[in-house]
Amino acid sequence: MSTRIEDVAVEIERYELDAPAPYQFEIERRDFMRIFAAVGGGLVVVASVPRAAAQESGRGGQGRTIPREVGAWVHIDGNGRVTGYTGKTEIGQNIRTSLAQAIADELRVPLASIALVMADTDLVPYDAGTFGSQSTPRMAPQLARAAATAREMLLDRAAAHLQADRQALTARDGRIRDARGRSVSYGELTKGQKLAGEVADDPRPQPASDWSVRGKPAKKIDGRAFVTGEHEFTPDIMRPGMLVGRVVRPDGYAGTLVSLDDSRARAMPGIAVVRDGAFAGVVGPTERAVRRAAAAVRAEWTVPANPPSSVTIYEHLRKTAGASGGGGRNAPTIVGDVAKARAAAAQAFDATYAIPYIAHVPLEPRAAVAEWTDGKLTVWCGTQRPFGVRGELAAAFRLPEDRVRVIVPDTGSAYGGKHTGEHAIEAARLAKAAGKPVKIVWTRAEEFSFGYARPAGVIDVKAAVDAGGRLVAWEFDNWNSGGSAIRTPYDVPNQRIRFHPAESPLRQGSYRGLAATANHHAREMHMDAIARALGIDQVEFRMRHLTNDRMRAVLEAAALKSGWPKAGAPGRSMGIACGTEKGSYVATAADVSKDGTGFRVDRLVVVFECGAIVNPDGLRNQVEGAVVQGLGGALFEAIEFGNGRLANGTMEQYRVPRFKDVPAIEIVLLDRRDLPSAGAGETPIVCVAPAIGSAVRGLGRVADALPVQLA
Amino acid sequence: MPSYTLRINDKPYQVEGEPGDNLLSVLRYELGLSGSKYGCGEGYCGACTVLVDGHVTRSCTTRLAAAAGKPITTIEGIARGGRLHPVQEAFLELEAFQCGYCTPGMVMATIGLLRTHPTPSDEDIARVMDRNVCRCGTYTRIVAAVKLAAERVRGTNNAGGAR
Repeated sequence: MSTRIEDVAVEIERYELDAPAPYQFEIERRDFMRIFAAVGGGLVVVASVPRAAAQESGRGGQGRTIPREVGAWVHIDGNGRVTGYTGKTEIGQNIRTSLAQAIADELRVPLASIALVMADTDLVPYDAGTFGSQSTPRMAPQLARAAATAREMLLDRAAAHLQADRQALTARDGRIRDARGRSVSYGELTKGQKLAGEVADDPRPQPASDWSVRGKPAKKIDGRAFVTGEHEFTPDIMRPGMLVGRVVRPDGYAGTLVSLDDSRARAMPGIAVVRDGAFAGVVGPTERAVRRAAAAVRAEWTVPANPPSSVTIYEHLRKTAGASGGGGRNAPTIVGDVAKARAAAAQAFDATYAIPYIAHVPLEPRAAVAEWTDGKLTVWCGTQRPFGVRGELAAAFRLPEDRVRVIVPDTGSAYGGKHTGEHAIEAARLAKAAGKPVKIVWTRAEEFSFGYARPAGVIDVKAAVDAGGRLVAWEFDNWNSGGSAIRTPYDVPNQRIRFHPAESPLRQGSYRGLAATANHHAREMHMDAIARALGIDQVEFRMRHLTNDRMRAVLEAAALKSGWPKAGAPGRSMGIACGTEKGSYVATAADVSKDGTGFRVDRLVVVFECGAIVNPDGLRNQVEGAVVQGLGGALFEAIEFGNGRLANGTMEQYRVPRFKDVPAIEIVLLDRRDLPSAGAGETPIVCVAPAIGSAVRGLGRVADALPVQLA
Repeated sequence: MPSYTLRINDKPYQVEGEPGDNLLSVLRYELGLSGSKYGCGEGYCGACTVLVDGHVTRSCTTRLAAAAGKPITTIEGIARGGRLHPVQEAFLELEAFQCGYCTPGMVMATIGLLRTHPTPSDEDIARVMDRNVCRCGTYTRIVAAVKLAAERVRGTNNAGGAR
């Protein structure tokens, strides 16, 4: 028996699933060998891939069935070792540990007896993907319910086995004991057989107040394999007879293949060249051989004429936006009558904020190992959507999904940047041609130019206050960056908030926190500006417009911890911001000081609340990490581009936070055991930039843009 | 193709290659030593860090010919008989990682740092490890791990330990 889950319960930003994979192959439609043989010199004109058609692939995730059988989620072997199964991926957010904590708690077993099988599409229940901070609020309860059901089943069996009163039985450390001290182990009860039965709707999972494994710090499971280098990330996987592949790319960030002269590459020993539709790649015995071969291929590409640059992008986004804010999730928020309120208001405050594209720069680049065995395709790759990528592969190679297996090893980070499966498709295409397993590892330059970016955006904010300094009108228009956290948490009687999708010259997609960072930056910088203009303390001004207790609590705590308001000292300044997204709340305070012609960040105070805390040390690590990543976008990250090329598409040129950039970071976690746990990997990023921007305003005029700069 | 002898973790390896081939690619693809990671290929992320002649070296920008004959230490060569190096222990204890992809390079850079700065300050760490990136942003923990490791290594050395 199975049930349908509707992912609409999660408000997925459209960009979560954007950035379609770009390939449409000719293979399977006709004889594959003929096409392979035809790859050679000569001019072949290929049409570009229709975007809409490509977008269909990988989108099939919604409304899938998930199993109700306990055995699909939890298995206990004859020795009492517990295996949990989840389609979620471990990308550094440490859910391999925190999800195991949930199972351990409910099953009453030590954490060390649990192993999770994650993100292997042949072994785990369907999952839409690891995004939207959903692992903790949705997957953890699912596994907890399955484990609690398993525990109750074991109690039933133990009662029969021991001939004891079930009510008098207790489960602890993988054994069930009766009142007389007799006991039986889980392994003896299951004998390794699959647990038959359905996950109960109410198997009495523990309230947070009774947690014993959750709520306490737990070390990263398999941590040792990471400090020894033994963990196999996708780029480390070797298969018997494996070859190495490389894709032939245009010079810029986009281009459609027009012609290919591969005569020099094909003359190289062991090298094969594969051309299929818009795809061209080389395959050979070693990484250096294919690097040379790819460089020897001469390809011509058509590129878009007069593309916008990182300077003209904002104008371009306005120009290409649809007339309305769109429907569905992009529907505008309209409350009251902003025009009327504005006309009657005492004072108006208008500004436009520019948000550049930024890059994820996961240290493990896109990589995939593909292997065809008897017409079945297996791909190991880093992705946040193993089932989505399985769908993309099935579509690209016209296979039923059960002929495709995607396995995601614990991955060298993603930050929202690994939702799509182009690298998997590329490796699979080359492996199909070669008849051997093929590994591809994108270069850093490929990552910058052909991965996707966090969307650029331009945001107009128009606000008005009455004579008492109360907000009466709030207009907020976001072009392109997205709708996450676009609504204001502040109490304003008249609002008009709209998101305007636009055409992006760069491939764009999901990112940690998505547009919540852009929208918080514009909103909080605007709140800050209004408070300053009215001569009202910025915390006080926010409090006057906040009714949500959780939001008020983090803001109050941040003010207290940071020593707000600090008496101004020459060359020093303090700023503050608060926000909410994906069910958690954050407030950030920043201390900055003048440094030459610029400024430096001396200290950040971050107060974060995400309901009941599962793994306090893991959470602290996530908050620190999100804050450091937020520093990059706040201080210097921006993709520069023009004439169809990136101007800073290397690790040397694109600056990411390094040791010297990290200020003192003080984190306060508010543990709300009375509330369900929300995800925590994303939201702590959203107030870093506006807190710093607010602080820097104490040193001089600040440009209405990211990164934060003195104008 | 010319042949080179690489001395890696006290073992000799004979490899064929062009003098300009990068050491990282040889380690990973030809010798199966995949603990050193590819992150950027430009020497700006540090995921590929190894020690050559005891010096912190970006293997992705090190020419095969330049590495030949010199003692090379990789992440695979620092634990002794199943016992972790004190730097590995410190990273593990303080959970100074998230995804762990930068960790081997960070560990090797730390070992190199502690050779020249047995008692490193925050500034020393920031300066010397500037070319090691942790994109997950665990820098504060890594700094703490470096200092903890420094204490332990000093303790070991004072006690006449071999490392």
